[in-house]
Amino acid sequence: MSLSELSQIPGVSGDEQAVRAFIAAAIREHVDRMWADSMGNLFAIKGEHLPGPRVMLCAHMDEVGLIVNHIGDDGTLGFAAVGGIDPRVLPGVWVQVGPDRIPGVIGTKPPHLKSSSEREKPIEMDSLYIDIGADSADEAKQRVHLGAYASFWTDFETFGDGCAKGKAFDDRVGCHVLIETLRQPVRHPVLAAFTVQEELGLRGAQVAAYTLKPDAALVLEGTTCADLPSVDGHGQSTRLGGGPALTVADRSAIAHPGLLRTLINAAESAGTPYQLKRTTFGGTDAGAIQTSEVGIPVAVVSVPCRYIHSPVSMLQLNDVQAAIQLVRAFLQAIPTEGDPPWMR
Amino acid sequence: MDALICALSNRLAPVGQEFALRDEIASLVQPYVDELRTDALGNLIALRRGKNSAQRLMLSAHMDEVGVMVTHIDDDGFIRFEPLGGIQPQTLLGQRLRFPNGLVGSVGVERLDQIKDLEMRRLYLDIGARDGDEARAKVRVGDTACFDQTAVVSGRRVIGKAMDNRAGCAVLIEALRRVSEPACDVYAVFSAQEEVGARGAGTAAYAVEPTMAVAIDVTPCGDTPKGETLAVRMGAGAAIKIKDRSLLAHPVVKDHLTRLADAASIPYQYEVLPYGGTDAGTIHLSRTGVPTGVISIPCRYLHTPSEMVDLDDLEAAVRLTIKLMETQLPTA
Amino acid sequence: MSLDDLYAALKQLSTAHGISGNESGVAARVIDLFSPLCDDVRTDSLGNVIAVKRGEQQGSEETRIRFMVAAHTDEIGFLVSGIHADGFLNIAPVGGIERSLLPAKEVWVHTLSGPLPGIIATKPPHLTTSEERQKLPRWDEFHVDVGLPPEQVKQVVRIGDMITLRGRCERLTDRRVAGKAIDDRAGVTAMYDMLRRLAALRHRVDVYAVATVQEEVGLRGAMTATFGVAPHVGVAVDVGFGHQPGVDKKRSRELGKGPIIARGANIHPQVFAGLEHTAIEMGIPHQFEVAAGDTGTDAWAMQVSRSGVPTGLLSIPITSMHSPVECVDLGDIASTGRLLASYASRLDPEEVRGWQHVFV
Repeated sequence: MSLSELSQIPGVSGDEQAVRAFIAAAIREHVDRMWADSMGNLFAIKGEHLPGPRVMLCAHMDEVGLIVNHIGDDGTLGFAAVGGIDPRVLPGVWVQVGPDRIPGVIGTKPPHLKSSSEREKPIEMDSLYIDIGADSADEAKQRVHLGAYASFWTDFETFGDGCAKGKAFDDRVGCHVLIETLRQPVRHPVLAAFTVQEELGLRGAQVAAYTLKPDAALVLEGTTCADLPSVDGHGQSTRLGGGPALTVADRSAIAHPGLLRTLINAAESAGTPYQLKRTTFGGTDAGAIQTSEVGIPVAVVSVPCRYIHSPVSMLQLNDVQAAIQLVRAFLQAIPTEGDPPWMR
Repeated sequence: MDALICALSNRLAPVGQEFALRDEIASLVQPYVDELRTDALGNLIALRRGKNSAQRLMLSAHMDEVGVMVTHIDDDGFIRFEPLGGIQPQTLLGQRLRFPNGLVGSVGVERLDQIKDLEMRRLYLDIGARDGDEARAKVRVGDTACFDQTAVVSGRRVIGKAMDNRAGCAVLIEALRRVSEPACDVYAVFSAQEEVGARGAGTAAYAVEPTMAVAIDVTPCGDTPKGETLAVRMGAGAAIKIKDRSLLAHPVVKDHLTRLADAASIPYQYEVLPYGGTDAGTIHLSRTGVPTGVISIPCRYLHTPSEMVDLDDLEAAVRLTIKLMETQLPTA
Repeated sequence: MSLDDLYAALKQLSTAHGISGNESGVAARVIDLFSPLCDDVRTDSLGNVIAVKRGEQQGSEETRIRFMVAAHTDEIGFLVSGIHADGFLNIAPVGGIERSLLPAKEVWVHTLSGPLPGIIATKPPHLTTSEERQKLPRWDEFHVDVGLPPEQVKQVVRIGDMITLRGRCERLTDRRVAGKAIDDRAGVTAMYDMLRRLAALRHRVDVYAVATVQEEVGLRGAMTATFGVAPHVGVAVDVGFGHQPGVDKKRSRELGKGPIIARGANIHPQVFAGLEHTAIEMGIPHQFEVAAGDTGTDAWAMQVSRSGVPTGLLSIPITSMHSPVECVDLGDIASTGRLLASYASRLDPEEVRGWQHVFV
């Protein structure tokens, strides 16, 4: 299953080439043509010459992670966070550094040696370092260069009742849904964009939308899910197992009302479960796509994922299947002639 | 003018749901424009042809108003929401909110130990439903609601829930009605989604490719008791913007507006705002850049249900807008 | 170019006045410096100066490869935001300026009838309470005193007039210069140095030297300039943090050790590699920095223009950034100019074309 492999590939924002190579190989025989741009976005076109609206399907390849910005005299690696990471999730975590995937751990001071006030405080990013087992700066420099990326090293596994855990479900699950969609025949032009640098501000999608100039865009995401006992109903965002979530509005975009209605109608007539996302926090590539040039109708379909932006996230495989079904139902609901349903 | 602005203010146009207001404005400006269209973000773009069709003046007034979006309905029928646009929790206390379908609810608050514990997530909307099923039959996650307040005229001033920016819409409509012959093609854009980052104006500007642009919007005043230190006063005329956080007004546009106001003896003042933004912020960065300025209407109590503007300031803004339309554009 | 020539150019630029949105005075000096060295110089509607030096490549405008170098002209400063009855001026900041810097600074208030000298008012220590001395006043508690009677102030000064920090630009030593607006007039000077060197070098790509506006308020000039130029490769030249007491050595670089070459998500790997290899092969001193995401420079805006631009970033280390006494090393400016010129002369149009559309 490609989600398992996708999840385990390192692909921190700005360093997505391994993810891109995997996806390119997975879709090559299913699309008409493929290329990458200078930022690293991967484009794949299917049914280019078919009639009907040109629909962009977008999923971002990048994940949050770390970048080495300092090599200490003792051989430890200082780092900065790439994308939004809460430093509290970092101590005691395994990482893979650089293109050679050198194993490393994020060290932490033993509690015995901490003052009582230190123990009560969350750890600050600046005090953390990666240990790759080097004893000197020279030894470290032979294996790692300044600017090397480090990604979480987490195995993908299925567990519990139809659940899976792994890193980077935000947004490898979207990539997985998009790959599965491209394996199906299409009835009108589908413009796939696997984008870069979403976690740094929707940057890949901004140029991807300018390049593709689609008639409408669907963003495929792994979204926040906080259906936990400590969280009130109105702060949970989504529910695991409740089906793919549709966004009405978040900080980056307001879904095109007609496109959202088309999605809901498609879900209901196909009998696919769905939920409406219950918070407006966060943003997706939709924000950058919507305001491209003269404006593009956008909507977002997300798989609920618990614990995103941490070394281990979790999802329900049924939600993934339902998301694939929903995207398929949406594409099939678009007639090849006349106005697309969202324009009515 | 007072009747127009009251009628516009009473309409509901939450961010991203500007359709009803857009239809009303379209029918109001229809007799005075040559073309009308809408786009993917919900903007209304009207073209009034002028003498010189080689130049395009874009005037932008946003239609949307701040509001809230439903995020959750609990089993007792209480509704939770999050803001759409810059709305403060203290402003919502004790208010009624109205949905575009006419449904009205009362804003309640969880028990607070002290007022500084007040946060948006501790507020809820009560639409009088007896349980979750009744509430869910009437409201859905994603529905939007705005302040429920009817506009009134008090002396030379108007108080209403959406002076930001129906004041600007009214100025632009009135200017289109009264202008004789524009010097160049005028694109009057009634924009969508300003309150969440001037998104509509950006895509409209990309489509229009204006030679020059001016946004028409409200600005806060510094003339209230122990209020902010701002030079703008209500009743002192239209304000010509120098800066806010989204824009440093183009000197050529600022000087042009100043000369027009001076020549026609239109009362005006300059505005330097340390925060805030308008449609001009996204318009001036479109493509290779657009010389852009702002005609501001002084407004007190912004983003509350009781925003106040002055009818004489509005008249000054209308006259300045008409002069702008009728005068040849300066070379930037 | 000698260090004396470089100093003369830097001083000319540093002493020009131009906060974000009011850069025309600086632009005029840039045009004077660049015009003799370029084939065409134009300004766009926001005020960016766009100078072109064409390369030896053949072909129409659509097929030519464009290399854009950008450095910003705007400096931090203030605007008059109000005029008191007693003639004192309220001020509003433009760009990232700290309140801690304000007390007792000399400024110019640029009015329609010329610049007025002014002082940012402070209470004497005798009259301040110990409590007051513990905290910084709010923005609206700072005032500029122009020493004129209120009636005259109201006649001459208008709300919106630009206020700039007043200060000298002088050599501390043969190599070190201190002054205002070294951020980023040092970068503009490096572009000038590049253009002078390119006159004696062969280059195939068209080189666009762009002096951008409104960087300090959000990279605004770079957005519209890049859209207009539509470059195939770009390098921003800005200033970076130099070592100074109280600044973490991990976050700063040394003055006199050459430009800082950035890498990270904002930087195209091939552009980084090209700059690094050029520096090594030409023996140009250089240093490195890693930017996790936003570099906070024009490079951030350039990269996402249109269908994307392969972008690099060179930073000239300075101390006391965003103060009237920013300090820079003239040798670093020269090294930056030399690196840019050498890089431009080595750029292969076919290779650059290949970066835009990669077959996978």
